[in-house]
Amino acid sequence: MDKKDSGRLYFHRRELLIGAAYLMLGLSKAHATIIVDHLPWTPNAGNPPTAALPGSWVFFTRDEGRAMEAIADRIIPPDPQTPGGKESGSAIFIDRQLAGPYGRQDGLYVRPPFMKGTKSQGYQSEKGPAQEYREGLAALDLACKAKFDGKAFADLSDQDKDAVLKGLESAEFKLDGTDGKAFFDMAIKDVQMGFFADPIYGGNRDMVAWKMIGYPGSRYNYLDWVNRHNERFPLPPVSMTGRAEWTPQTR
Amino acid sequence: MAKRLPKKDVVIIGLGWTGSVMANELTDEGLEVMAIERGPWRDAPTDFPPSYMQDELRYRVRHELFLRPDQLTFSFRNKVDQTALPIRSWGAFMPPNGVGGGGVHWNAEMWRFLPSDFVLKTHLTERYGASFLPEDMTIQDWGITYDELEPFYDRFEYLCGTSGTAGNLNGKIQPGGNPFEGPRARPYPTPAQAQPFGHTLFGKAAQDLGYKPFPQPSGNLSQAYTNPLGLKMGPCTYCGFCEWFGCSNYSKASPQTTILPYLVRKPNFSARDNSEVIKINVDKSGTRATGVTFVDSSGVEWEQPADLVVLAAYTMFNVQLLLHSKIGKPYDPIANTGVVGRNYTHQTISSVNGFFDNKKYNFNPFIASGAIGMCIDEFNGDNFDHGPHGFVGGGYMGQVQTGARPIESTLVPPGTPKWGAAWKTAVKENYLSTVKPGTGVHGSFYAYRDVYLDLDPTYSDRFGRPLMRITMDLKENEVKQNKFLTDKFAEIIKAMGADKLGIQYRTAPYDISTYQTTHLNGGAIMGTAPTTSALNRYMQSWDVSNLFVLGASAFPQNPGYNPTLTVGALAYWAAKAIRDKYLKSPGRLVDA
Repeated sequence: MDKKDSGRLYFHRRELLIGAAYLMLGLSKAHATIIVDHLPWTPNAGNPPTAALPGSWVFFTRDEGRAMEAIADRIIPPDPQTPGGKESGSAIFIDRQLAGPYGRQDGLYVRPPFMKGTKSQGYQSEKGPAQEYREGLAALDLACKAKFDGKAFADLSDQDKDAVLKGLESAEFKLDGTDGKAFFDMAIKDVQMGFFADPIYGGNRDMVAWKMIGYPGSRYNYLDWVNRHNERFPLPPVSMTGRAEWTPQTR
Repeated sequence: MAKRLPKKDVVIIGLGWTGSVMANELTDEGLEVMAIERGPWRDAPTDFPPSYMQDELRYRVRHELFLRPDQLTFSFRNKVDQTALPIRSWGAFMPPNGVGGGGVHWNAEMWRFLPSDFVLKTHLTERYGASFLPEDMTIQDWGITYDELEPFYDRFEYLCGTSGTAGNLNGKIQPGGNPFEGPRARPYPTPAQAQPFGHTLFGKAAQDLGYKPFPQPSGNLSQAYTNPLGLKMGPCTYCGFCEWFGCSNYSKASPQTTILPYLVRKPNFSARDNSEVIKINVDKSGTRATGVTFVDSSGVEWEQPADLVVLAAYTMFNVQLLLHSKIGKPYDPIANTGVVGRNYTHQTISSVNGFFDNKKYNFNPFIASGAIGMCIDEFNGDNFDHGPHGFVGGGYMGQVQTGARPIESTLVPPGTPKWGAAWKTAVKENYLSTVKPGTGVHGSFYAYRDVYLDLDPTYSDRFGRPLMRITMDLKENEVKQNKFLTDKFAEIIKAMGADKLGIQYRTAPYDISTYQTTHLNGGAIMGTAPTTSALNRYMQSWDVSNLFVLGASAFPQNPGYNPTLTVGALAYWAAKAIRDKYLKSPGRLVDA
């Protein structure tokens, strides 16, 4: 963040005479600046999004990654028209999110004391999403192995997987040391988020989710269409990385 | 020890809407003005260009443009006897940060309040009798009337280029506008925005039911506009990325598009960004501000002396800075004394989603703007007889869908599983044929004796100062109001032709974790007496006469409208009082 701020220093001549102390502003790693006379605008000083890295797991272990892909594929099962959560990249999306600022709880208020509150007081756990996933996935595999002859969640039949997930959802299938229902609620939210977010973050590969629902993506101008009522918008979606046909290497 | 800077005539805390308005007015007066802003400078080319602004994950879900709770947050509890816990991640509201403030990432709804809203206590007492009001309700009059504020509403509307259809021109009701609005001196500067299919369908259904629908007044412009400062705005392209996002297209009214490029050229204006004011300094008598102390982003502390201090931050930060600076008597709900923190309010929001037959309806719901929509105002304020209903207040309602960004707008009809093949099929079948009005029912939130702000005894911020504590719950009056309005709204969505409705009432307890609006109000309210208000009718502190406090923190209670147009109008109103009265004779503008 804020890389645009480096090299941004503007001084009015009169201000410059006041004292050298001003020079400390902006030169430190902090970015406080004084704005006078003109807008502080620097060419090419944008702050574009950070694309998810391709390749193997960053946050998940191999077993966690397998379990997460298996969960993703039951939350969003593949069908003949549209891939499921695994193939479209939802587990990759979650992995990259957990390895980044979201997983680290960057910017959140994490000062103690941590106390249990009412539901209306919001999330109060000390753990944060990265640890919740780590504990939740481990507890899920343990519970499955105990119930299904040593089989991890990813090795179950689709029918058994769905039975386990429904059990988590209804709080009838318990995990040891972890709130299984809260864990699965978080997984549903994140798997579906990866499916619908821009493909630059690792899910929604080739904009499969956007094609499925008819969302045209990061287009910017519907002036010609605002008054065309009840007509299907005809153009295919675009993402921040363009369209698959234009930039196959970036999906 | 803070390093002392050369004195300025005026120091302004916060460079959002009100700070920008005030800076422009007072520099016109020839004063040396310095604005100090906690967050960074922001603008379209650097922060939200069209090449990557349409990013729902980054801006909406991960809160890119907002304050981070680790910089500053609040603690929250529903009731006085509970232990407040910190808001660790934002939920019910989204505090702004940075130049332009909330004006950067708002939806740009441009509503005037009703004439009766400004004299609420008097009006309701005269019509229904004092015993009709709940015993613990602490609503009061503003100390200013609609007629006094009208010229300033007009100024802010013309600054922003507002697109709309007038409903009441100098007392004459106009076809197609809001017949309940107060009289306006002239039409909106630009015509109303175009309306997509779902929004027009709502208008037609409302009309068929006997209501008088009108287009929501919008700060996203229907056509190109040059404002009175000579700044040019482009026509909105209906991209559907307004609230939570910045506008890449110079089509949404913001300080960046309507004031700052003009203001920054003035030789008597300067601003500091990434610098947080931590205290308003007062002299030994406690009745005169001497300036402010701020910390820059490298942790260096500075003192900026000034003759006049204007507190122009967001509601919460205004109240918090008064409490930390020990200006004004803190409110005590038990003793019912003090004023700072009193009459804190929010908004009462609910909605009804409509699921339509996808073979007959395609709404292209992603085509929208933040303030687009068709609305009705029959159930706002005191536009209807509350006698039979046993509550006061109300709100506008409408199909005000702001887009269909897919993470939040892939809805499924009630009863659908939350995951699996049935969920996936339902998402696919419903996305284009669902009406999702968002803040469809936009209700008032009146003030109560035990809903307030004070300092938390346990939790502190990064400077070691106590967090401000929110004590807030949803009261029976607001729950009844919401039920009544939401049912009326559901009738209209049904009449549009929806097969299935997803009705979401607003219920108690007030929940800090789910988003409603960022319309927090009160805590440093304006009024007629220093025993019941922190500010006089000119937004001047009763206690420290060279301190003016702008923004919705001055609202004694919250009407059923979006606050920004009134916030902007009040900034012009206060600026005029400073220019015409205060500068000629500095001191209290109203005798206590």
